[in-house]
Amino acid sequence: MIKFFLMVNKQGQTRLSRYYEHVEINKRTMLEAEVIKKCLSRSKDQCSFIEYKDFKLVYRQYAALFVVVGINETENEMAVYELIHNFVEVLDKYFSRVVSEILTLIRNISYFSKLSYVSHLRE
Amino acid sequence: MSDVVERTLSVLPGLLGQHDPGAGPAGAGGHGRVSSTSRLGSLIRSITALTSKHEEEKLIQQELTSLKATVSAPTTTLRLMKECMVRLIYCEMLGYESSFGYIHAIKLAQQGNLLEKRVGYLAVSLFLHENHELLLLLVNTVVKDLQSTNLVEVCMALTVVSQIFPREMIPAVLPLIEDKLQHSKEIIRRKAVQALYKFYVIAPNQVQHIHDKFRKALCDRDAGVMAASLHIYLQMIKENSSGYKDLTGSFVTILKQVVGGKLPVDFNYHSVPAPWLQIQLLRILGLLGKDDQRTSELMYDVLDESLRRAEINHNITYGLKALTYVIQQDPNLALQHQMTIIECLDHPDPIIKRETLELLYRITNGQNVIVIVQKMLDYLRESKEEYAIINLAGKIAELAEKYAPDNEWFIQTMNSVFSVGGDVVHPDIPNNFLRLLAEGFDDGKEDNQLRMYAVQSYLTLLEEEDALYPQKFLQVMSWVLGEYSSLVTNVDPEVILTKLHSLLKKTFVTSETKAWIMAAVTKIASHTSCSKTVDKLIQEFSNSLDTCMRQHAFELKHLYEDKALMKNLLPFDASCNDMVVDASLSFLDEFVAEGLGRGAAPYKPHHQRQEEKLSQEKALNFEPYGLSFASSVSSCGVTGRQSPTGLSFGSDMSGNSAETGHKETNTLKLEGVRKLWGKEGYLPKKENKVGKENEPQTVSCGGLLAVQVGDPPALQSDQVASLSEEDKEKQQLASTLFIGLGSNAGVSLMGKTDTATQKFKRKSKINETQNSEEATDFQDSAASDFGPLLDTIPINVEDCEGNIDTGLRKASLHSSDTVEDNLAFETPQSLRKSGLNDRLSDNTLSQSSLFADSNIEIFQPSPSAHCESASKTLLAPSLPEELEDLPHSEVVELCQSDALALYSCKVWTDDSLLLTVFVSNKTTSALNAVNLLFEEAEHFQILESPTYQFPVIEAQSVEHCQKCVWMHKICTQGVLSGSVNYQSEMESHFEFSITLSLMDFIRPMEMTTEDFGKLWLSLSNDVKQNIKMSSSEGSLSAALNTLQQKLKLHIVDVIGNEGILACQLLPSVPCLLHCRTHSGMLALWFRSPCSALPDGLLYQCQKVMEES
Repeated sequence: MIKFFLMVNKQGQTRLSRYYEHVEINKRTMLEAEVIKKCLSRSKDQCSFIEYKDFKLVYRQYAALFVVVGINETENEMAVYELIHNFVEVLDKYFSRVVSEILTLIRNISYFSKLSYVSHLRE
Repeated sequence: MSDVVERTLSVLPGLLGQHDPGAGPAGAGGHGRVSSTSRLGSLIRSITALTSKHEEEKLIQQELTSLKATVSAPTTTLRLMKECMVRLIYCEMLGYESSFGYIHAIKLAQQGNLLEKRVGYLAVSLFLHENHELLLLLVNTVVKDLQSTNLVEVCMALTVVSQIFPREMIPAVLPLIEDKLQHSKEIIRRKAVQALYKFYVIAPNQVQHIHDKFRKALCDRDAGVMAASLHIYLQMIKENSSGYKDLTGSFVTILKQVVGGKLPVDFNYHSVPAPWLQIQLLRILGLLGKDDQRTSELMYDVLDESLRRAEINHNITYGLKALTYVIQQDPNLALQHQMTIIECLDHPDPIIKRETLELLYRITNGQNVIVIVQKMLDYLRESKEEYAIINLAGKIAELAEKYAPDNEWFIQTMNSVFSVGGDVVHPDIPNNFLRLLAEGFDDGKEDNQLRMYAVQSYLTLLEEEDALYPQKFLQVMSWVLGEYSSLVTNVDPEVILTKLHSLLKKTFVTSETKAWIMAAVTKIASHTSCSKTVDKLIQEFSNSLDTCMRQHAFELKHLYEDKALMKNLLPFDASCNDMVVDASLSFLDEFVAEGLGRGAAPYKPHHQRQEEKLSQEKALNFEPYGLSFASSVSSCGVTGRQSPTGLSFGSDMSGNSAETGHKETNTLKLEGVRKLWGKEGYLPKKENKVGKENEPQTVSCGGLLAVQVGDPPALQSDQVASLSEEDKEKQQLASTLFIGLGSNAGVSLMGKTDTATQKFKRKSKINETQNSEEATDFQDSAASDFGPLLDTIPINVEDCEGNIDTGLRKASLHSSDTVEDNLAFETPQSLRKSGLNDRLSDNTLSQSSLFADSNIEIFQPSPSAHCESASKTLLAPSLPEELEDLPHSEVVELCQSDALALYSCKVWTDDSLLLTVFVSNKTTSALNAVNLLFEEAEHFQILESPTYQFPVIEAQSVEHCQKCVWMHKICTQGVLSGSVNYQSEMESHFEFSITLSLMDFIRPMEMTTEDFGKLWLSLSNDVKQNIKMSSSEGSLSAALNTLQQKLKLHIVDVIGNEGILACQLLPSVPCLLHCRTHSGMLALWFRSPCSALPDGLLYQCQKVMEES
């Protein structure tokens, strides 16, 4: 089961969060801070899975942006790992039309422009 | 999985609702679009521009204040509200609570146009949680939208239901959603299935009746709907895989189609067809095929195909994980990868190290345990994270206990676990360790050596003055020193006392640990004639500020003055002896009598007082379920048994009993209970050793061990090529790690459930409450405790068919409950022929008794003659002779067709409900191959197979078959349905159902008052109820007789206006009943280990009492 889905930048600022299991709002902030700390402390040659408390984190890094998913033991890590990429691709597809239209407006302010930029680079 | 993407995506339009080109047809005009974009846009922009958390907070608070003003202003339009919601969602996502907006989100969902409604729903699903009270306000809106003709509204309602919905309101929307399963649009059908999945997760019994509709969804022509239904199936199969075996074919076909690329291209991900769907299907197949050869065979082809097509992935952890799972099936596979595993052990990534250790844990055996545990301890020392420590410490302790090569190593390893694991280790670890020491093994000499070694090692550890040990470790040490230090003769007890004394003065020692230490001091003091340290200690702590310590010191002081009493109170090595508490407090009789003599009112328990008060006031009787005294004593007794502070337990007891001399109220007398605690404290024991003698004699496992040890692995043969020094080292490590994994040793490695090589074999403890029959079962079980089948099989293999052999071998590889399962299915059918029946059913019996105290459903093969036999009878069905004498019901007709008539009769045997089904052939020609099939029922379990085939039924004759049925899940009444099909000119099929009630499975339980008392105290599930007695049978005995006759309860004893009764639910779940009459009411008080049973019985009691 997926517990939460986060997009956090390297500075530790949450850009997107979605919880599928209720967590108190004030605890969310703490959790997110710890999660990003964990992700940042890992080097490139380490694997993308972290055991954290009684659950697991699966993360992928796109430029300065981390997508982190919290899962419990019933979930397959690799499936979630690919899911993240799928998600990013979908974002790219979904927003590219819009983004191109108003790109000038939000190029610098919003993460998803970066996202689509990154995804373009990858493809 | 794909719906997760979708759900997550739904967050984005919330953020950027206005950017969504499809979502805003007419509502968001040119101007509104720009303004809302700029509002949210500028908020995001300014937040991104900020550098510190503090600034962000300030900005958001400012934003929230202005939003609060806007949303609560009456003039705010819905369009503006929608725009505010989007910003609120953003603020809340950043972690700032905006609860003032929740109610407005609900309103928006209720009142807005499409786009506004959508934002409202989205906000609700993000803001609220399952138990939020405001959620109830959404129900009406959802109901209205579900009935809407606008597809988009229906979709939105279904989406929100599948994300968040109050459980208690499910009935309000369920019929609407069920209808949607037939909707013409696939997206509606899919969302309806998702909503039902949600319901299944939060309230499974509410959707029970639509299980066949799920089947339709599974076969839906749209792949999306099918994929959604897989979520439900995965969940259901997880809970009960045997119920869905018939769907294996369908899942295989689906997987075949997916793998074969038959799905629309939209489902492809990087040219892999629907990978997440594949994973889901593979999981389902895995569950279905587990331990089931026949079902698995159906899958081989498609699995092979999927494997071939799947690309090999290189993430190393994943590989390791896969290996870990594979190894569970066949440990030899690890041999091929040993060098990889060794490399992973030194991997810089701790996560990978962890996974490697997990793998090693699974392949541990008696020979490699030292190396593996060493590796694990190394990791444990480096580890900082609490969860990792708890997990790993538990595993090390388990391995050490199971495979320890010698005492010294075992104690040293446990010492490391305690000192490194510290106080976070699971409390079971020290408890198990101490129990192991206390209960010992088969060999008394060995026991004492182990204990002596432990004592010595702790003394050495305590030598170090400044060492800081975790509290739990100190507690373990002090307990062991207290119990067993007298075994070590070359150490002066005074030395030990001094050490303990100095520990007591340390500041880092918590008061709980001090209590343990004091208990140890007391125990040691009981062996010494006089000790300066003890005197000093008493003096020192008698005026301690810590009241607890002062109490202990006083107790010690008084005991120390009376050596004889102290010796009795603290017998040597008696920690395993069960302490029996005189719960009736009969030693207070005198005190009570004296009190009554002086005119005191007799004691009434709290609930009785309350009752009487209420009944006098003629008010409604809400009987409070206060804690009964009896149960508090029993819990006291239980903790007292293992508590290191046995002394204070004694004094607590006397304190309690002074207040509550309730003998005179004629409550339960527990006369037969052995008195160990009496007026003078601990009463001298006479029969304590009896319990020990009953304990099973465990057979030495030497023989089996030899098998394990045999065959040194021939693993290095193909790797002899030239090696560097480092490689050689690794090879050496490999050979130590993988030793014992040769082909012969495979048996013991599965799932950590084997006990074959276990050095420290725990004795099973006989529960006081078990009756003697169970106790003898226990003895049997101990004899065949490990590898019960390995003992018997090799002798008999030739007699059996090959497949039985493999089946049983397989069984022995799995955990013990699957052993049971396999036996359940295989033994009676196939082995009877070869005459092994007796032997194997013996084994099964003893297996099952292993679970006797944990109340797991137990399979006990009933005499084979009962289970499946068919014989000819006359056309008018009547019971076969051998059954006629047993209590049975009328023969009732189930159904009729032109050719056949079905009748059934319930025979209530002692150990099961024997359901006899008669099939009568009314035609003038013989019928061939008549099949009887019982469907899987939720509440009932048919022992052995649910089918029966009559090869032929002659014209105008009746055949019958019998099935043993048990109640699997408690219900007052349930239906067992089934079908019959047969070949005549064409295939005919018809269905029937039989109603079974709880009472069909209740049998009287014979026991003595004494046993009743013990059992009563050990049970925890209480149900109390008062029933009004009709005037015709005002007396207790009349009521009891009714219960005895109609409910098959056994009357154990009647004392005054109280009676105790006992019964059991087959196979062996007891339920005890205590009845008391007062002022025209009958107070019933049930206790049972099973929580649902008292409720069910209470219902029956009420029914029969009303009828009479």
